[in-house]
Amino acid sequence: MKFLRYLVPMGIFLGLLGFLFVGLSLDPREVPSPLIGKPAPAFELSRLDDPAQTVGREDLLGKVWMLNVWASWCAPCREEHPLVIDIAKRKLVPVYGLNYKDQTRAALGWLANLGDPYTATLVDADGRVGIDFGVYGVPETFIIDGQGIIRFKHTGPLTPDIVRTRIEPLLKELQGAG
Amino acid sequence: MIPEIGHFALWLAVGVTLLLGTLPLVGAHRGRTDLMALARPATQVLLGLIVFSYGCLILSFVNNDFSVLNVASHSNSQLPLMYRIAATWGSHEGSLMLWLLMQAGWAWAVATFSKSLPLPVLSRILAVMGLLTLSFLLFVLFTSNPFDRIFPIPADGRDLNPQLQDPGMIFHPPMLYMGYVGMSVAFAFAVAALIGGNLDVMWARWMRPWTTVAWAFLTFGIALGSWWAYYELGWGGWWFWDAVENASFMPWLVATALIHSLAVTEKRGSFKSWTVLLAITGYSLALLGTFLVRSGVITSVHSFAADPKRGAFILVMLAITVAAALALYAWRAPKVGLGARFSSVSRESMLLANNVLFIVATAAVMLGTLYPLILDALGLGKISVGPPYFNAVYVPIMAVLVFFMGLGPMARWKNDSVPALAVRLRWAAGVTVVSAALTAWIGGQITLGSVVGLLMAYWILYTVLAELWERVRPAGGVQANVLHRLSQLPRATVGMMVAHVGVAVFVFGVTMVGTYDIERDVAMAPGDSTTVSGYTFTYQGTQPVRGPNYEAMRGHLVVTRGGVQVSEMFPEKRVYKVQRNPMTEAAIDSRIHGDLYVQLGEPVAGDKWLVRIWVKPFVAWIWGGCLLMGLGGIWAVTDRRYRVRATREAPTQAGGASVAR
Repeated sequence: MKFLRYLVPMGIFLGLLGFLFVGLSLDPREVPSPLIGKPAPAFELSRLDDPAQTVGREDLLGKVWMLNVWASWCAPCREEHPLVIDIAKRKLVPVYGLNYKDQTRAALGWLANLGDPYTATLVDADGRVGIDFGVYGVPETFIIDGQGIIRFKHTGPLTPDIVRTRIEPLLKELQGAG
Repeated sequence: MIPEIGHFALWLAVGVTLLLGTLPLVGAHRGRTDLMALARPATQVLLGLIVFSYGCLILSFVNNDFSVLNVASHSNSQLPLMYRIAATWGSHEGSLMLWLLMQAGWAWAVATFSKSLPLPVLSRILAVMGLLTLSFLLFVLFTSNPFDRIFPIPADGRDLNPQLQDPGMIFHPPMLYMGYVGMSVAFAFAVAALIGGNLDVMWARWMRPWTTVAWAFLTFGIALGSWWAYYELGWGGWWFWDAVENASFMPWLVATALIHSLAVTEKRGSFKSWTVLLAITGYSLALLGTFLVRSGVITSVHSFAADPKRGAFILVMLAITVAAALALYAWRAPKVGLGARFSSVSRESMLLANNVLFIVATAAVMLGTLYPLILDALGLGKISVGPPYFNAVYVPIMAVLVFFMGLGPMARWKNDSVPALAVRLRWAAGVTVVSAALTAWIGGQITLGSVVGLLMAYWILYTVLAELWERVRPAGGVQANVLHRLSQLPRATVGMMVAHVGVAVFVFGVTMVGTYDIERDVAMAPGDSTTVSGYTFTYQGTQPVRGPNYEAMRGHLVVTRGGVQVSEMFPEKRVYKVQRNPMTEAAIDSRIHGDLYVQLGEPVAGDKWLVRIWVKPFVAWIWGGCLLMGLGGIWAVTDRRYRVRATREAPTQAGGASVAR
């Protein structure tokens, strides 16, 4: 029976291997795609700068908007932030922030430091809305059209390439149609 | 032609590793000296081929040969020469070449500097390293050929990611890989010992310096990466619990456990099968890290272009390598025996606590890194784990670890008692509490985190001093003896003390910067000034400047303290010509008691710019502490007993080997 004890490491390793194998067939950057082409989930969240005011899904109907999920503890968010600022500055689309599982003070400091490109930042302190949106990790970016339908999702930091080749054409198409 | 020759050399290397991985093993099994004698020259040829192939890759980059896909994607004709060389490891394919280079280099080093090893043991070790090299060679050749051509040939390359165009890129990856791949030496020693069944004190003594050197390189590599992130990412953080950082941190934690458990195995013959298991685990985690980073199963800042085919290949490699090692372990380890007994309070039990805590810490990091993946695989939804998790789990483990770190070196082997230890450490404990309280009071801000951190730092420092004092205390009141005994301390002991003080320095830096960090944002017009913790920053204006492959706006700030100028700082905002993304280049004035860190934000109205200023007390101590840890390790390796052994057992090879060691 002593022999069995020495098989424990092997058992642990095989278990881990199983998970890694399954993980290989999953793509974390991929949307749980059912959401694309479906209406954005309903939400009603208070604003970071003024908790008394709330913004909901209904308020944003009728225009194309972008939802950028971020948190002050998130390293890649800083990396993509200049691009978000750039998008807002060029007035490509109104950008709404979803401050995900964060502390208000840290989040406000972050925006003060790095610049605030958001038309409004919505507070999702417990991550509920994030779950509804299928947020896998921060940062994530969604584009929602005038009918409230999710048209685009990107997991991970934006890159100049994605903005140029995917976001800009999509916005042109959506805004041209609307 | 050059890329094809490089490619061909890799195939030749496959042939060599096939020989190296089989014949010496057979030779060791059958006792055939002729086959065993092949191991050393085969290793030399292997290194030669891989160095040659790597040289071809470098040449392709230096010559701007954009018909090679790898060069076209990661270099540019305007890229400065040193970055063109560093760009060889800037891609997935190239970094694997670096891995191969290190792997063959370590094997060569073992073949060259282990003259005291009995031939069968050396043959087995080199054969195992040959097989490990083989798996990576196949990985490179089948999924990640760095010499692939493209057609049509682009006029110029797409340039190295601007964030990588930094001296950090030149030093960090080679250091880190040196440590990472160095874990394979410990792995090979462990597997060779399991095959041969000669797990004894000598085995531990042979293996120890190799493990310690690999560990030291890993320490340097991780610290360099952290320092690089600190000054390059431009927002003053130094550790982000990113999946890739964790991938290098897990092997480090296990390697740290391993060098401590090796101490017990060498001195007391205990922990043998445990030590073997740790050695296997360390390299397995390095492989796991590679899998995580290259396969794209986890999102990360560092990630290379992910490719499921590569992921599948590494997973198979991981499965074969680790499963074979663990199967061997399950088969052979039960016969190893337990070694000397020890009581529940002894140096051994302290080191056991050390090991258990390091393993718990590794498991915690691994859980945080893999948690999203595991939940996803079980279909329980997609979630993310941020630094909040890691900090909450990690800090308490480290606090307990540091407590034992103070006790461990003071405890006697085999048997000690709590009251005796308490008496010997009462002064250290008292002074620790007083010093921590004083420091927190002077700092002017007392938080739970700062007090715990300071207690940890001082506890380590004073217990090391207490130990030092016990060792050199004047016997019989002869003061002159103190200096003599100080100089007689074994280097291994001194190395350990230095490394432990390094931990104290590190913890102190982390605590100070975590508690007393000050951050200020100001919009400044030329002539404006602002004062942050006693330093007055006066903004002089911004000017356009031109670099070799970028254009930049450079700000100019003069820093004074009490009316005396202490520094001039030039933060930049760069736009690289090829990839067009803006980069901020922070200006940092580093001092022993803290860094001034200035970053250029956005232009506001007119000639006003947003300027971000940090004063970060003692932040450099974080990396200084890591440097001390690594240097302590290297110093310990130069200990007499490793050299004496080498000369005594190899009298024919006079001097040469021992000096090189």
